[in-house]
Amino acid sequence: MAAAEQIALPPPPDAAPARVVSMNLCTDLLAMLLAGEGQLWSVSRIALDPMVSPLADEARDHVINHSRAEEIYLMRPDLVLASTLSPRSTVLMLERLGIEVAQFAPASTLEDVRDRVIDMGRVLGREAAARAVLARFDARLAALGTDQGPRPRAVIYHANGYVSGRGSLSGDILERAGFANAAHAAGYGSGQVMPLEVLALSDPDIVVTARTYPGGSRSEEVLSHPVVRAFRAGRESAVISDQSWVCGTPFVLDAVEQLAEARRRIMAGAGE
Amino acid sequence: MRIALPLLAVVAALFMVSLLTGPADIGIGESLAALLSGGDGPLALVMREIRLPRALLAVMIGASLGLSGAAMQGYLRNPLAEPGLIGVSGSAALGAVLAIQTGLAASFALGLPLAALAGALGGVLLVMALAGPRGTSLTLILGGIAVSSLAGALTALVLNLSPNPFAASEIVFWMMGSLADRSMTHVWLALPFMVLGLALLAGLGRGLDALTLGEDAAQAMGIDMVRLRLMLVIGTACVVGAGTAVAGAIGFVGLVVPHMLRPLVGAHPGRLLWASALGGAAMVLLADIAVRVVLPERDLKLGVLTALVGAPLFLHLILRLRRERI
Repeated sequence: MAAAEQIALPPPPDAAPARVVSMNLCTDLLAMLLAGEGQLWSVSRIALDPMVSPLADEARDHVINHSRAEEIYLMRPDLVLASTLSPRSTVLMLERLGIEVAQFAPASTLEDVRDRVIDMGRVLGREAAARAVLARFDARLAALGTDQGPRPRAVIYHANGYVSGRGSLSGDILERAGFANAAHAAGYGSGQVMPLEVLALSDPDIVVTARTYPGGSRSEEVLSHPVVRAFRAGRESAVISDQSWVCGTPFVLDAVEQLAEARRRIMAGAGE
Repeated sequence: MRIALPLLAVVAALFMVSLLTGPADIGIGESLAALLSGGDGPLALVMREIRLPRALLAVMIGASLGLSGAAMQGYLRNPLAEPGLIGVSGSAALGAVLAIQTGLAASFALGLPLAALAGALGGVLLVMALAGPRGTSLTLILGGIAVSSLAGALTALVLNLSPNPFAASEIVFWMMGSLADRSMTHVWLALPFMVLGLALLAGLGRGLDALTLGEDAAQAMGIDMVRLRLMLVIGTACVVGAGTAVAGAIGFVGLVVPHMLRPLVGAHPGRLLWASALGGAAMVLLADIAVRVVLPERDLKLGVLTALVGAPLFLHLILRLRRERI
């Protein structure tokens, strides 16, 4: 697993790249946080979607690309930012055309998030900005105070009944917020479907769900199934917008803080 | 009537097995106690809100598909007629998808089944117009292919255009059908339309029996052909629309069940109606138990199993029809 997540980063450039194009939401966000004035030329279309992008407004100040090799090449970038999950054919095409591509692996822990911020600072030649962002990140994390006290049992329940286990970013967010992962305890890992029946019988203290997207879907209907509703009624619940945990950026702290707040309410309720 | 009791017993037994099948490991006594006595515990929640609606929907949808298949075959005097094959289910799925994506389903509770019903009605009218009242198998099947391909393509288009990132992956649900994670809400949503549709279709027995002698003879016996056709069209649209709205399109049930039961009831389309309703309920219950036993964690679609049984039978029927024509 660790070997597969090795990230392919070019050596630090002598001069900072002046014209950077990002083709993946997660690199869009990191680059918008760190890039210098005028350095980031273009971000991907998904960065405009407020459902998943916490910087949707800032994204409008940039040229929008659709993650296609042809249009990105025509932008004549010094550096392209991509995910290790970006289509391989697109990345290889850009490299054949002589364009430097920096690929970032998805983060699966908060520690990974710190690493990605440092890496992005390095490839953009913005190490000082990265250090400043990290200092704020660490301060917010330290202020949570969730390492002590009881750990209520929580399940993160996604569309189609998928759960977040250990080794996933949302799973790590849950544990940093002071919860025990009840899906993991029931034997379900990330990318596995926890049937509604098992959710009901595992009887968690809180069910955390993602905010649903517009347009409606059968996949998300499970989030309003009477069983999930029954868990929401009469006990704590939390709805986290995908924009705060879909990418490993400092915005994950919004999710951690929101969950830590839910934990405080649970503990206050139990103390009465 | 000789086969009514055995069929009822099979449906009842499969209903019980369906209630007792699931990923949560609960004893038989415990689950039945939780089902009957209720209470606030998670066990009652599992039995009453997860397993009971699933088993009920399997019975309702199976009966609908079996009955409408038998009725269509009796009316068209063609053993290949079936709501899934001729595109009625596909059209209903298109209606349901449109209702969900336009927000109609969210703003008005009955919007979903009504839109699916409208889609099914459009599909059945289109196919019957294409095939004609005395259409040959060929025109019926060709018309059905046209309608179901068009409905399937439009469904995929609507889902691909949806702003919801999950919608596109649901094309397979709407084309193959599944009862996973349904709730009592879905039962109540479908029930009124199904009761109406089943009543309309069940009333066709005498007319279909008379129709075996030919249209003229049936009219001479006092059968109102216009009324018969209207009841068939509306009844089919009601049951297939409501079923598809909550569980997607499940094919081949209406083909397989009447075919298997026909020798047992003699050449009486009227008697075949009720037998097919029971047989359809048994087949969908069985398929829904199988998807949970074979691949419990993968949400295998119901239509996969029904097609595995139904498609070979369909080929067999085509070969037999060809032999008879020659």
